[in-house]
Amino acid sequence: MSDSASRLVTLSAARWRLSIILTAAMTIIYVAFILLIAFNKPLLGTVLVPGLSLGILLGVLVIVTAWVLIMIYVRWTNANYDVAVADIRNAHREGR
Amino acid sequence: MPQSGQPNIIAMSGFIIFIVLSLVITWFAARRTRSTKDFYAAGGSITALQNGLALAGDYMSAASFLGIAGLVALSGFDGLIYSIGFLVGWPVVVCLIAEPLRNLGRFTFSDVVAFRLRQTPVRVASAAGSLAVIAFYLIAQMVGAGNLIRLLFGLDYEIAVAIVGAVMLAYVLFGGMIATTWVQIVKAVLLLSGAFMLAMMVLARFSFNPLALFAAAAEQYGPAVLAPGRLVSDPVDAISLGLALMFGTAGLPHILMRFYTVPDGRTARVSVAYATAIIGGFYLLTFILGFGAMVLVGQDAIRGVDVGGNMAAPLLAEVVGGQAFLGFIAAVAFATILAVVAGLTLAGAAALSHDIYVNVFRHGHAPEKEQLMVARAATIVLALLSIVLGIVFKGQNVAYMVGLAFAIAASANFPALILSMFWQPFTTRGAQASILFGTVATLALIWMSPTIQIDLLKHTTAYFPYRNPGLFTIPLSFLIGIVVSLAAPEPAAVAGFAKLEQQIHFGAPDEAA
Repeated sequence: MSDSASRLVTLSAARWRLSIILTAAMTIIYVAFILLIAFNKPLLGTVLVPGLSLGILLGVLVIVTAWVLIMIYVRWTNANYDVAVADIRNAHREGR
Repeated sequence: MPQSGQPNIIAMSGFIIFIVLSLVITWFAARRTRSTKDFYAAGGSITALQNGLALAGDYMSAASFLGIAGLVALSGFDGLIYSIGFLVGWPVVVCLIAEPLRNLGRFTFSDVVAFRLRQTPVRVASAAGSLAVIAFYLIAQMVGAGNLIRLLFGLDYEIAVAIVGAVMLAYVLFGGMIATTWVQIVKAVLLLSGAFMLAMMVLARFSFNPLALFAAAAEQYGPAVLAPGRLVSDPVDAISLGLALMFGTAGLPHILMRFYTVPDGRTARVSVAYATAIIGGFYLLTFILGFGAMVLVGQDAIRGVDVGGNMAAPLLAEVVGGQAFLGFIAAVAFATILAVVAGLTLAGAAALSHDIYVNVFRHGHAPEKEQLMVARAATIVLALLSIVLGIVFKGQNVAYMVGLAFAIAASANFPALILSMFWQPFTTRGAQASILFGTVATLALIWMSPTIQIDLLKHTTAYFPYRNPGLFTIPLSFLIGIVVSLAAPEPAAVAGFAKLEQQIHFGAPDEAA
């Protein structure tokens, strides 16, 4: 029981750490994007190829980033976290 | 030329087909709605893809479809700023909220905040926070619906608002969450396919190259349409709005409630991945629609119909697809509002009956039949209230009201939710203080802002210089929750934390079969 409890603490900390890192990454990227818009409008208005400004490219990248961050979280938890939780639960049940 | 205000026969038929279809769904759902779990949480039987579509449906309101397309059509790049703000909240939802919420609660997010705290005071506070958010969100949707229907069908504003209220009442009252979810799914599919078809018809004229479309816009209206403009003038205001949009998503009662409709934490998590893909794709489509309207309809023609630009997408539909397609898009836009209003009303009914009546007045012990009856009574009250609010607030700016709802959600609900789940020393008094401060401070700062003081009341100065309070109220709300908790510790709440942690990972004991 104490073994499964300590494994749960470790697992919980690992998921919590990933959540914090991903949330912080999203916040920093988004705030940086807004700061660029607020302080350097001409830079974002730079036209890279006809029809595509740097601002539009970065904006689309922020949307794609949000999705990538979610996929990282879902893939990690589906592959690692769920399995580990099931393990702990089974061990706990057998131990009883 | 577009004939706004003229009854369009195809729009009318599309609209009536949707209402009939959704009432059939409601009829089937009503036969399956027997318990409170069916009424509030669709029996917990919704799949990940279904919930992803329903979440996207709840989120893609008419404000997104019509508002953002209009914003892009009139000011170009600036419209993208809003789309991004609405999307970046979802990683927060999946990383911090979705699974713990699913495993800790039953019907409302108050279940989670009250989990290890004293029920009555926490539920009263968090129900108040929920209802404040829902009220502003409802006003925005009702005002949007009234204007839209007046423009598209030529009906009176008041009649339009009453129709929305009455049809939505039927879904929620008889079909509960099962009907509300399926109406939301049908609407999400219609909205996505409508926007996709419209975008393809636009791109067909630019050899399916979005850059050719943007280049045409830059050629016609100058390169400024591809660069940030006047929308973000004050950096503090911009970041403040951004934070409210980002953390507000994780505090919207009708979105949070959706996580109770799925069977487990894993499904909740995967459904957010679907929702984000759908919403992200949809916002990219609205960007193409906006620029398409700018080039193919023309800014002057769009402004001529509605100065706010809200009719850009319907006008574009008429230019590329004729009257029939305009009718289809108009019906879809209306279905969108109807479904969002139903979701909001259900969340409000849950706060009133599950949190206030059952847990505060009846101390958690009320027969199932009585709970259902109270939930339905609350639905009727909220439907009438939403009709009245929609009529009273006629003429308000829709996007601003939605922004307000997000600001309250981020300041009142989000901090208490996070602290209750992840910070052991959190207390009942801390939760109360944080939620009530978040609600009251947000409302007060908005009242003191230039938007109310200068724009609305025509004063020369405002008491508070910024239009968006989120940058100040969100951290302060966290701080107050922490300080009040540390000032007077609550041993029972600390002791309950171990059980809460256990349940975050394993789910409720009766479900962990």
